[in-house]
Amino acid sequence: MQGSTTEFKRQAEAALHDATLQRAMAKAKGGFVDKRRLAVARLPEFAQIRAEAKAIKEHTLAHLDYYLEQFERKVLESGGRVHWARTADEACAAVLAIIGAASKQVLKGKSMVSEEIGLNAAMERAGHTVVETDLGEYIIQLAHEPPSHIIAPAVHKTRDQITDLFQAEHEKYGLTERVTETEDIVNEARQVLRTKFLSADVGITGANFLIAETGSTVIVTNEGNGDLTQILPRTHIVTASIEKVIPSLDDMTVLLRLLARSATGQEMSSYNTLSTGPRRADDLDGPEEFHVVIVDNGRSDMLGNEFHDMLRCIRCGACLNHCPVYGAIGGHAYGWVYPGPMGSVLTPLMIGLENARDLPNACTLNGRCGEVCPMSIPLPDMLRTLRFKEHERKLSKARARGALKAWGLLARRPRLYQVVTALMTAVLGSIGGRAGRFRSLPLASGWTQARDLPAPQGATFQRMWRRRR
Amino acid sequence: MVSAPDNSPPPSVGLFVTCLIDLFRPNVGFAAVKLLEKADCKVEVPRAQTCCGQPAYNNGDQHTTADIARQVIAAFESFDYVVAASGSCIGMIKEHYPRVLKDDPSWLDRAQRLAGRCHELTAFLVDVMQLQEVESSFAATATYHDSCSGLRELGIKQQPRALLSKVGGVTLKEMEDSEVCCGFGGTFCIKYPKISERMVSDKTANIVASEAECILGGDMGCLLNIAGRLKREGSPIKVYHVAEVLAGMANQSAIGDGKS
Ligand code: SF4
Repeated sequence: MQGSTTEFKRQAEAALHDATLQRAMAKAKGGFVDKRRLAVARLPEFAQIRAEAKAIKEHTLAHLDYYLEQFERKVLESGGRVHWARTADEACAAVLAIIGAASKQVLKGKSMVSEEIGLNAAMERAGHTVVETDLGEYIIQLAHEPPSHIIAPAVHKTRDQITDLFQAEHEKYGLTERVTETEDIVNEARQVLRTKFLSADVGITGANFLIAETGSTVIVTNEGNGDLTQILPRTHIVTASIEKVIPSLDDMTVLLRLLARSATGQEMSSYNTLSTGPRRADDLDGPEEFHVVIVDNGRSDMLGNEFHDMLRCIRCGACLNHCPVYGAIGGHAYGWVYPGPMGSVLTPLMIGLENARDLPNACTLNGRCGEVCPMSIPLPDMLRTLRFKEHERKLSKARARGALKAWGLLARRPRLYQVVTALMTAVLGSIGGRAGRFRSLPLASGWTQARDLPAPQGATFQRMWRRRR
Repeated sequence: MVSAPDNSPPPSVGLFVTCLIDLFRPNVGFAAVKLLEKADCKVEVPRAQTCCGQPAYNNGDQHTTADIARQVIAAFESFDYVVAASGSCIGMIKEHYPRVLKDDPSWLDRAQRLAGRCHELTAFLVDVMQLQEVESSFAATATYHDSCSGLRELGIKQQPRALLSKVGGVTLKEMEDSEVCCGFGGTFCIKYPKISERMVSDKTANIVASEAECILGGDMGCLLNIAGRLKREGSPIKVYHVAEVLAGMANQSAIGDGKS
């Protein structure tokens, strides 16, 4: 039940009234924020690492072709293959071609790019069976929902909901007991997934990084299921976008230090796993085939333009966790794969500003996302830049543009402005002065539906000042 | 008291009134003037000012914003300093005017020269004028809302608290999440009223939980939003701009309260 970016407002309001969602969000919020704060406080050189990380990514982006080609060479040398995809469709086609015609059992590790390109749907249409192995992804797959957070896909679900879901869905495996404790829930999922691991033909994972100097792909997880997904099946396919490449293992260590702290407040995630090529003769395990599908999907257009900085994003989720709007409405309201501040920048760039007009506007520009972003991405500035584009392309509502224009005419004529505002405040002040506020006011319902409007004191400052001096 | 370094003439300060103080709360403007004069500044209020341009800027209209930016720069560049009782408007002039005028070299230069002389009121009093004493008293427990632009664009956090600590009778009780947005966001609050309502309700819940008798802040936008919500909830908590308290001018009806 994927929402729609054009229905943002309606979806947001529904989310605000969804008591279960609100409970789940309230529970998650403090945890992420507090843990990150403590983790950052424990690392005095955080600011320095942040600067280093930015420099690494900027260097890579400036030489992106070089590092991507180096990565490809190294993958080939280690016996794997690289497939280039310009668009989402090309990426899905590449994956389907690797899987082959016969219907297969496909395991998936967590991958936002695969969500972005619609890979699961494409594989199911082609007759393959797909099982998500990340616990959060597994839960929302059972619930037929998209992820609502880029690192915690099921953050919108309460434990009770998961209990109900497991009871309904796991009965067919003979698991009829109602599991209510987190540990039992995890164990039950493990039990079900284990059978799938052993029978799967293909494992698909994403990548947090692609290491150019070694041709390795890196996944960062806390469950270890991603590792099984890429080791056990005969074929391992990695889906990753072009900006995931970084030059070296040393660079990876810098970025890993930021990633875990920013994402979950851990010093290091539990599993940081590198895959380099298929299984070698003396390896004990590993896939027979290793493929990397590298997806552009609009990113190369961002290189060097006003949204270039967004390509530094390491998908840590900190901007979501610290966004008061995301915290209020959750991820589904945004209507596409990437929610929150980073999503409000990326989504219009990927699916078209005209299809996501609300996203750049549904933000108070409070700046908290930019403040916590480990990659120093100026998210609020980019949201404002998208507003500039909406204005230029006249995508905003005609009424709002009209009001803005009228205000603009006045604001550029101080004398006239002062006459008009003096009149306005005198009238409002005399009507509302005694009560000190208005409960409702014509033309101000946007304001007064949620709060009273404090009344002006009576005269404008300018008027009183001129009178006094 | 200001430690006057020498007997150079008092600095001239152009007061940027801000549209919301001008319209809703002139008392804050007069409080700012009083504080600045106490700090030995010569205060003037240029007539050729309306608003800093954020409504246009944050709604995507760069052209109108640039016009307003030029108007403000022209009106204020002759002063030693520009001061406003708002972190948001000063953030706009200081951080954003140079960006808005980046393609206009001569105006960009003027914008940059002005940027270095723009200060939010409490930061100006503490950091520039090194004000040590505040002659005011206000017998109440208060909590403080850190407005986003002031906090994140200008680093205003300690200055208002340092000054408040010198006001007789005030006890500061910090609330949870004092640095989280109140949901005002300029036109955001009328474009997305339901989301804004939720955010401001979270804010008022934290204010109430702090058990303070009044809530202070440095930006009228947030204060109108917070006061409006508190009054809608029927709360007796009083809302003042911090300048009113510092100047000993919080003797008028609080924001959103009627005449008693
Ligand atoms: S934009 Fe920054 S904070 Fe948000 S996910 Fe990307 S790296 Fe993390």
